[in-house]
Amino acid sequence: MSGNMNLTLKVWRQKNASDTGRIETYPAKNISPDMSFLEMLDVVNEDLIKEGKDPIAFDHDCREGICGMCSMYINGRAHGPNKGVTACQLHMRSFKNGDTIIIEPWRAAAFPVLRDLIVDRTALEKIQQAGGFVSVNTGSAPDANAIPVPKWNADEAFNAAACIGCGACVAACKNSSAMLFMSAKVSQYALLPQGKAEAKMRVTNMLKVHDEQGFGACTNTEACEAECPKGISVSNIARMNREYAAAMLAGE
Amino acid sequence: MSKFFEFLNSSVGRKWLMAFTGLFLCLFVLVHMSGNLQLFKNDGGKAFNQYAVFMTTFPLIKVVSYVNYLLILVHALNGFYLVNKNRQARPVKYAGAKSDASASWSSRNMGLLGTVLLVFIVIHMGHFWREFHFVPMEAKQYITKIGEIPTEGTPFDTVITIQAKDFKEPRHYTINQQDMSGRMATYEVVELKDLYGEVAEAFKSPLYVAFYVLAMIALSYHLAHGFQSAFQTFGIRSKTYAPIIKGLGNLLFAIIIPALFAAMPLYFLFIKH
Ligand code: SF4
Ligand code: FES
Repeated sequence: MSGNMNLTLKVWRQKNASDTGRIETYPAKNISPDMSFLEMLDVVNEDLIKEGKDPIAFDHDCREGICGMCSMYINGRAHGPNKGVTACQLHMRSFKNGDTIIIEPWRAAAFPVLRDLIVDRTALEKIQQAGGFVSVNTGSAPDANAIPVPKWNADEAFNAAACIGCGACVAACKNSSAMLFMSAKVSQYALLPQGKAEAKMRVTNMLKVHDEQGFGACTNTEACEAECPKGISVSNIARMNREYAAAMLAGE
Repeated sequence: MSKFFEFLNSSVGRKWLMAFTGLFLCLFVLVHMSGNLQLFKNDGGKAFNQYAVFMTTFPLIKVVSYVNYLLILVHALNGFYLVNKNRQARPVKYAGAKSDASASWSSRNMGLLGTVLLVFIVIHMGHFWREFHFVPMEAKQYITKIGEIPTEGTPFDTVITIQAKDFKEPRHYTINQQDMSGRMATYEVVELKDLYGEVAEAFKSPLYVAFYVLAMIALSYHLAHGFQSAFQTFGIRSKTYAPIIKGLGNLLFAIIIPALFAAMPLYFLFIKH
């Protein structure tokens, strides 16, 4: 087909967690600009399999930007060059014929590489499990307006809840800090009446686990917000900083 | 109390410590700059030398300046700790990182900029602060005729140099003596260590001036990120205030203050030599 591209991929290959790993170069031939980035990798993998080589291992599930699995660092940016999209939503029309594309896994002490581009993001789940929930059963959906929630709070909580736990914020942060992820989880509950009751406990427990998991400290570079596919705002981090200080320094 | 220390040791608490000490140092930089504006006065250094005595003897200011030295240390040590800790959080670097696409250069290089500033502070204090406190220095005697409108030819605003070995401590007194026309007049005499002269002398060296200007460029970038970042750390952020804090903070701390500071050595190198 006309308009198809030939590209060069430089991909991180690593057999398992203990392998040192290296960058290897592969051609990506006859790639349609309408393909998604993952479809392009599928094509390359088919070629690799035909040649009797190991296909490139990468995480993916929904391929529509909602599961947060497709973690990859493309040409020096989390999820590639476009704003507000995951790697699975990135289309090959964002690249030009003849381009060289560097593909690396997320890099963080808290995200060990399991194989090629696949990293273990359990550390984010540990943070979530430390407090990212409401303990009591809040029953079935209540009648509308039974619990008054200001529109602004509802919107902010909803925006924070859009986080898909992809880890791009950690990957893009020079400190490998998971503050944006954590602050989204803290905010989505702290803003709503059902979550308020446990707000103090939640933020202290979650931060403790965040630090224990080996994530870095936030220095407000705001790279996370720029790279987050769901547009989570750093104002959530400001809220979390407030919540945490209030929980630790005020009262009891 | 243990909760307080747990807070201070957490990643968020250390940011608070960084922000708190940083904002205090911003305030210090503002005061230091405004005081030093007296270097631009054309009075043989009298105002500046008087100001230097005031800053080093007035008890409240003495206390604040020791707090200030302490906070510089805390800010620097906490900074080094965090830089190191954050490096450990990413043991393997990216091969093709395009960091400038998502975050400003200054925000990504606070450790480097801070180190430049720390080196600057050590050299700066090792020079002017140490010499002013511990090394005998030439002094100046400023004589001003008072109590009468000066007539032509009278010694009005005379400056006499006192050798370092002859100077003990700052003095302020009046004398009565004949003026040039033979009439009795009252003169105010002020004797002060000539830090101004020291400054003027030091900034004759283009290399030294270049170093100062470079340090002020580092200050500009450091505060361009640092000042507004402190508010984010304290959780003071709203759609209305964030742009104001950023805008005013940048104007004052990243442009006006470093520019005026940098103007001082340049003034002595190019204009007042
Ligand atoms: S905050 Fe954004 S970048 Fe971070 S995990 Fe959530 S969706 Fe991904
Ligand atoms: S595969 Fe689900 S978000 Fe990309």
